[in-house]
Order: sequence, then C-alpha cells, then structure tokens
Amino acid sequence: MKARVTVTLKAGVLDPQGKAIEGALKSLGVEGIASVRQGKVFDVELDSADAGRAEAALKQACEKLLANTVIENYRVELG
Amino acid sequence: MKAAVIVFPGSNREGDVARALKRAGAHVEKVWHADTELPAGTDLAVLPGGFSYGDYLRCGAIAGRAAVMDAVRAHAARGGLVLGICNGFQILCESGLLPGVLVRNANLKFICHFQHLRVERADTAFTTAYRGGQAIRVCVAHGEGNYFADQETLSRLEGEGRIAFRYCDPAGEITTDANRNGSLNAIAGIYSEKLNVLGLMPHPENLIDDLVGGTDGRALFESLVAAA
Repeated sequence: MKARVTVTLKAGVLDPQGKAIEGALKSLGVEGIASVRQGKVFDVELDSADAGRAEAALKQACEKLLANTVIENYRVELG
Repeated sequence: MKAAVIVFPGSNREGDVARALKRAGAHVEKVWHADTELPAGTDLAVLPGGFSYGDYLRCGAIAGRAAVMDAVRAHAARGGLVLGICNGFQILCESGLLPGVLVRNANLKFICHFQHLRVERADTAFTTAYRGGQAIRVCVAHGEGNYFADQETLSRLEGEGRIAFRYCDPAGEITTDANRNGSLNAIAGIYSEKLNVLGLMPHPENLIDDLVGGTDGRALFESLVAAA
C-alpha cells in the first residue's frame, strides 16, 4: 500500500522560506499569488495492505519523527 | 569533572568543545552516537555543534532520536548535567529534553559573527563564574537559530527563570538589531526545569583564547568544572 504524508507549518509560525518564494514569484511576474507557505511531502510504501494498520503506523511515524508538532501539522492520505 | 562529548555523523565542533573543557580542567571522553551508554561516572554530557545527519528532515531531528540519546535522557533525569551548543541545542529541542524548536533565521541567511549575550542568571552550574546581567562576547554560526515556542511555553520559561542567555548589544541592552536571527524574546539559550540541561546557539567554546578573538567563553567551562 502507498501513502502520502504532507507536513505543513502551523498557522502563525513564521515561514521565511515561503515568503522568499512568494517574493520570487512576484518578481517573475506571476500574477494572482496572494501568499505561499512551504511544506514537505513524504511518499511512503507500506508492507501492510490493511488500511487501519497502515494509518496507525503512519500516525506513529508522524508523531515520532516526520513532523515536529511544536510548529507543524501533518496529513496522511492512503492509496 | 568527567565530560562525555557525543559525536554524531556530521558533528564538527567536538574538538573545540573538548579543548575548552580540558583547558578548564575536565577529563574528556568522546562517545559515538550508536553507543547505548555514557562512560561510567560521567558528570556532563555534551552535544557539540555541527550538522548532524546533514540537517536532513529538520536540524537535529535524526540525532535527537539516536541510540545514545536514551542514555543522555536517563543521565538528565538523574540530575546529570547536559550541555548542547548550536546543533546540540537543536538536538536537545528535537529530543524533548528542552521545549521549543530552532527554525530558519528570520532573514533566511546563515549568520556568522561575533555576538554579545546577556547572562540572565549566574547561579546555575553553567554560569557561576559569570556575573548576573554581564554582557559577554562570543560568536554565532548558524542558519537555523531562530528560537520558537508557543506562548504558553514561552511564559513558563520566562516565569521560571529558565532563559539562560539573550542576544544583546555590547552594553547588555536587548535590542532588535542585536537579535539577528529573530528569536522570540531574544532567546539565545534556555535551561531545563531542573536547570541541569542547557542549550544555546552561540559558541562559547570558540572564545577561550585571546589569539582568536577573546576569552569570554572560558567562564562557562570553568563554572561546569567547579560544579562537578
């Protein structure tokens, strides 16, 4: 089974990288961009075909390592 | 005083901190990250600066979960002294030994310069050889030294007197200009609840010799040797 984990900064946490990207897009003349926040994507392959077990393993992975929950949120998508 | 300097793949300041400790009179051993215990009789565990695991994922994230960190956590829980400098501070935050996190500098730049710090209190194992409120001149070298914590954590740290050092100007004043990485409350270093764990971004170990810019870092290591 495959899964995608997306880690994003919590609202209110300063994202200087996102701001720099936002500025670069503006200087490139890309119009209509209001703001940019940068995050991380992890594509994960799981041994199990059982969705419940996969979700439990991914939750553990996020809490233990993939996200720092002081500043980041995470989202898990199976399939 | 027996100090154990933990070496991770990518650490690069272990020699500097070992030299500073030896100069102050400590016995120093290096410990590899895959070891599961600290040498018998260790008084102080040191996490040196560098770029452990290439800063992959987040600075200090992988090192914070290395095998040796269980031994460091047990040492801290027994009241043993722990010092984390620069990457070592990031590792302490990622390992849960200190609250908060070090994020990218607000100006997005790697900063490397001499820096004054205000010693917030001179009654801990790390600072007795300083004066409270003293402005010391050390140096910083980091890209992710911008201290962040939620408001509740920040209030707790302030209320419990757990701020160790703040970025200041040469006169000891806390100014926006002196806080070049954008840390909340100009925080350069913090203590654990029992004041036996210290993490700081600046490098006192590099200011122990007049030949390379000054000696204001010496007192930290002298305080530690006197404490154990």
